[in-house]
Amino acid sequence: MYKYDEIDQQIVDERVAQYRDQVRRYLAGELSEDEFRPLRLQNGLYIQRHAPMLRIAVPYGMLSSKQLRKLGDIAKKYDKGYGHFSTRQNLQLNWPKLEDTPDILAELATVEMHAIQTSGNCIRNITTDQFVGIAPDEVIDPRAIAEIMRQWSTFHPEFALLPRKFKIAVSGTQQDRAIVQAHDIGLEFYRDANNQVAIKVWVGGGLGRTPILGSVIREHLDWQHALTYCEAIIRVYNLHGRRDNMYKARIKILSKAIGINEFRNQVEAEWTHLKDGPNTITEAELARVAKHFEAMPYETLPDQDDGFDAAVASNPAFAAWVKRSIHAHKQPGYRAVTLSLKPHGQAPGDITSEQMWAVADLADEYSFGELRSSHEQNLILADVKLSDLYAVWEKAKANGLATPNIGLLTDIICCPGGDFCSLANAKSIPIAKAIQMQFDDLDYLHDIGDIELNISGCMNACGHHHVGHIGILGVDKDGSEWYQVTIGGKQGNDASIGSVIGPSFSAEEMPGVVQKLIEVYIKERTPEERFIDTVRRIGAVPFKKHVYAKDEVSA
Amino acid sequence: MNNLVKIENGLAAIANDDWTLVQLPATQVEERIQAGKVVLFKLTGESTVTEEQIADTVIPASGKIIVPLSVFVERNNELASRIAQGEVGVWLATHELLEYLIQQQADLNALPIIAVFVERFADGRIFSLGTLLRTRYGFKNELRAFGDVLRDQLFFLKRSGYTSFVIRQDRSAQEAIASLNDFSKPYQGAVDEPQPVFRRYNRGN
Repeated sequence: MYKYDEIDQQIVDERVAQYRDQVRRYLAGELSEDEFRPLRLQNGLYIQRHAPMLRIAVPYGMLSSKQLRKLGDIAKKYDKGYGHFSTRQNLQLNWPKLEDTPDILAELATVEMHAIQTSGNCIRNITTDQFVGIAPDEVIDPRAIAEIMRQWSTFHPEFALLPRKFKIAVSGTQQDRAIVQAHDIGLEFYRDANNQVAIKVWVGGGLGRTPILGSVIREHLDWQHALTYCEAIIRVYNLHGRRDNMYKARIKILSKAIGINEFRNQVEAEWTHLKDGPNTITEAELARVAKHFEAMPYETLPDQDDGFDAAVASNPAFAAWVKRSIHAHKQPGYRAVTLSLKPHGQAPGDITSEQMWAVADLADEYSFGELRSSHEQNLILADVKLSDLYAVWEKAKANGLATPNIGLLTDIICCPGGDFCSLANAKSIPIAKAIQMQFDDLDYLHDIGDIELNISGCMNACGHHHVGHIGILGVDKDGSEWYQVTIGGKQGNDASIGSVIGPSFSAEEMPGVVQKLIEVYIKERTPEERFIDTVRRIGAVPFKKHVYAKDEVSA
Repeated sequence: MNNLVKIENGLAAIANDDWTLVQLPATQVEERIQAGKVVLFKLTGESTVTEEQIADTVIPASGKIIVPLSVFVERNNELASRIAQGEVGVWLATHELLEYLIQQQADLNALPIIAVFVERFADGRIFSLGTLLRTRYGFKNELRAFGDVLRDQLFFLKRSGYTSFVIRQDRSAQEAIASLNDFSKPYQGAVDEPQPVFRRYNRGN
């Protein structure tokens, strides 16, 4: 993964000094609450219900074992001994003290980490597929460009105070796993007819209060122009995006209001002035950064291992885990492993310091000292030998990281919700826990098969509820918490926004509602059909009918 | 209190202000919703300047003045001789359109100063306006930020082409100067340093 040079290190060190002084001025009364807000947010610091929340950047989800170990240390020293992986692949601390945050940032800087632009109205952490670099269906590894974009977007002076937050995702696979269509800018890398690296540029997607999938603004962009083209897009947005109403301030509102064609015309007009300018990426810079993402020193192995096969055959628990947690790899004899941060009955994405240290050890021993976080809020060991999988499983299991539920109903994507977040209308974690307990039978879970259930505590949609096969949104009705249910949302190349099935439910009703949705699916599905396919085939009506049916009196 | 910070020959210091800022009179008219460049996108919520305001604007009879963009355009004839003598600058608010200025004044370098008023700290349009004035329209003279200007914007303002800053009256301009140097080696090319870091330094290979 990318290693800092002196220039990178100096920037994060100078940021720590700048932020330390901002906190000092705030505490001394030299900065008002309103003036401090955008400054602290651009350093990932929220003032929450119980304490501040600090969001630490994990650029495009890549972590070293050394970094994860440090995160474990920081959670222990400055927080309650655990952290929370978010749907933007970042790590959040829920209980740091404001006064400690400069010291936390200083400690992060020692392992080449920071909290720069993890919140606020600026370009946020750039996200990608957690299997980047190793997925068999990958055409282009976009990490080098993602890193170049991270540097370009860091303290970009022109875009320091945008109308609203700005999220960019990159993807270089046939099957999109980075939800590029749900981002302000989505960059889809591919090889063009001349076998050159090109980018399909999506713009104006986003979830939140007004969920909209992006539109293609440019079918073909040479990779050299990634920065200047994004500058053109963001300049048009910066000048013309709404600033009077934060709910109408995202780029999607602007591009919808004027239409994608007019928006494209304005961007292209702007780009004629920027194209081929100094921010054009050079071959040399791409090569320099790409070196950091070269393939690991893999052994040459057959894509089969007798010991592994025997363990699968003889140990049903291991086999169940393998079925859900192991992912294909470009390199024969290797697999990627998802460590579940979704044990039933716990907050999705939470991880203790001890678990962080254990995962760091696993990464060192079995996966070249690197790991990834996913937007599904799990951790991934990307490069594990087939022959090591059993040992990894045993150690993961001993640390509560081997729940075999990856991609199943209880692998819930969930925002921190009303327990922690001051934006939330309703709690989300207790709903996730209740659903996990309702579906605690693993055989039943495996029978239900692939399904994505996403929960957000408010319409800001941090839990990506719109693109969940089942989406749950916390809403406030007259001061009490209710939950609106959507079905038919999906991430990926054929992304869709779910539709609301009807009036909302109380928290107590939610496990039963999900149960009823599943019952309809079980009854209606054809062999091998996933939940989402059944919804798409038969539509929402049968689900609505069953969920809202009055309890029938038995005759 | 003099709260003007000026960068001259690469050095920032408190400076005397030899310009008089001309303000529009307050309007009695209810604020209208303004149409921007984007015709269908009319809800930016900023007030427009009325003809009465333009007519009623008091322009000092002598001295160096910075006039509102609307006054500069609508009353250009009265100002012509003073413009020729280099005694007139223009200021605009962040929602105003540069095209409006360019239509009136194709050669911006006839203006010794352009100032941009930022009403709220968080309004980042000021950065794009500065960038465009410098890179698109080739403006070379003093570019000033005033309004809700605080030290934590200064680094970005400088990088966006601004060379002078009127720090909000309740804050120390002297202390603010330090923030112009918050970062020594910024990554991306911008107005003050067009080359990105990967073109300025040999970062290895």
